[in-house]
Amino acid sequence: MRRFLAPALVVVALLGLWELAARWDVLADLLNIEDFLVPAPSQIAEALWEDRSLLADDAWVTLQEVVLGFLLAAAIGIAFAYLIHLSETARRAIYPLLVGSQTIPIIAIAPILVVWFGYDLGPKLAIIALVCFFPITVNTIDGLRSVDPDLRKMMRTMGAGRLQTLWRVEAPWALPYTFSGAKIAIAVAVIGAVFGEWAGSNEGLGHLMISAQSQLLTARVFAAIVVLSAIAICLFALLTLLERRVVTWKAAS
Amino acid sequence: MLTRLREDAATTPEQREAEDAWRAEHRDAGVRIAGVRHSFGDLNVLDGIDLEARPGQVIGMVGPSGCGKTTLLELVAGLRDPSDGTISVEGEADAERRLLGCAYMPQRDLLLPWQRAIDNAALALRVAGASRQDARRQVSGHFERLGLGGFEESRPDELSGGMRQRVAFLRTLMAGRPVLLLDEPFASLDAITRAELQGWLAEVLAEDLHTVLLVTHDVEEALYLSDRVLVLTPRPARIAAELEPPEPRASDRAAAVSSPAFTELRQRALRVLGGEAE
Repeated sequence: MRRFLAPALVVVALLGLWELAARWDVLADLLNIEDFLVPAPSQIAEALWEDRSLLADDAWVTLQEVVLGFLLAAAIGIAFAYLIHLSETARRAIYPLLVGSQTIPIIAIAPILVVWFGYDLGPKLAIIALVCFFPITVNTIDGLRSVDPDLRKMMRTMGAGRLQTLWRVEAPWALPYTFSGAKIAIAVAVIGAVFGEWAGSNEGLGHLMISAQSQLLTARVFAAIVVLSAIAICLFALLTLLERRVVTWKAAS
Repeated sequence: MLTRLREDAATTPEQREAEDAWRAEHRDAGVRIAGVRHSFGDLNVLDGIDLEARPGQVIGMVGPSGCGKTTLLELVAGLRDPSDGTISVEGEADAERRLLGCAYMPQRDLLLPWQRAIDNAALALRVAGASRQDARRQVSGHFERLGLGGFEESRPDELSGGMRQRVAFLRTLMAGRPVLLLDEPFASLDAITRAELQGWLAEVLAEDLHTVLLVTHDVEEALYLSDRVLVLTPRPARIAAELEPPEPRASDRAAAVSSPAFTELRQRALRVLGGEAE
């Protein structure tokens, strides 16, 4: 319990400051804006409660997008990593493209994807996968490459070929690295989902944020952000739990 | 592989005959190294090594650290080819074929941390295509004998250094190769565990006719376990002296290593290692 005490105190203190600043209109005056644009934490909590069914419906949509998009990214990301690890040609041909893909401004491409694929799940998955496959790929490649060279030698003396070594040594060795990448990916996946929904959508937390913003319901915008963070934190925790179940050995340092 | 009939123990003429016949049939068996030189770029590591090891023999190699002992084992194992000279293992000179004749035990135990002890020991069998169940069955019988009984399902990080080393050795043995290349198998252990494992290794070698190349920096270990000990010079390694221990793998280890002949040989080895000419 003690290890939660310090961060909890910090959060409470920040929330308290924010509450006071909002209540006394300090922030609004400082920024020279209308005071309803700066909701106090208590108002956000109120919005969370009052809009709970609305938020739940949209959160469910976003959660589905995030989970499916993440799974897609993991599949693609791991496949790329193994391909690049196994083939020097693939490394040279694909790796630069993968790095290049990360420079694509998602905000610019999202509306185009929506025009191409419509308002449904397709473009959201594409955007989520695009923003979150990369850490999975890079980490997995690093893991596969970091295998103790003596282990590879030992496998060779046992008559193991390339694939046997991959399957019996390199893949399990790289697993903790893949998990590290996946944990980074799941945190960005929710942002990808919001981008996807902003570009064109009738539902989801991203859509809710936009419509709330245009109605100047700032408390609701913040409430949606809180729910979004909660989704990311839960998924991250879930992944950590899975990692602990799967990687039961002490990973090489 | 012929079950070992030690010369002092091979009492009946039939047994001797069987062993002679086996030797005649396997004239190529063992390891032959002729005029081997090796360099990595400009760095000369081995400078003319010759040796012959026959089944049932242990050839010990001692030398200063970094003198190229590990390189020699890797060359024999077929992990690389020498810059010059020839190496044959069971009559095969081609590196890819040498790989099939040797089981190599590296300096570190290199156990797979995600696998249980028994699966680590069975790794070579699994690589060779045995099912998990089948491989485990073949290995499990040896666990008791190696003092590992009850630790079959332990993960490597739950085992002591001596146990890990035994699992690693069992893994090497289970590869079922005629030639064993042991690279400082007990270097990381304390003196008591090391003596214990040496005695146990002697027992294992008494049972099967393996050809063993044993690299170590422990002169006593080499003299106790080997039929012949090569003392190597600092890099680039050459053979500075060849010693014949009086009682290889004697059953009473403590007595054997304190006998006058043994002590004298150890002094000689140390003198050679210290750089004195023979």
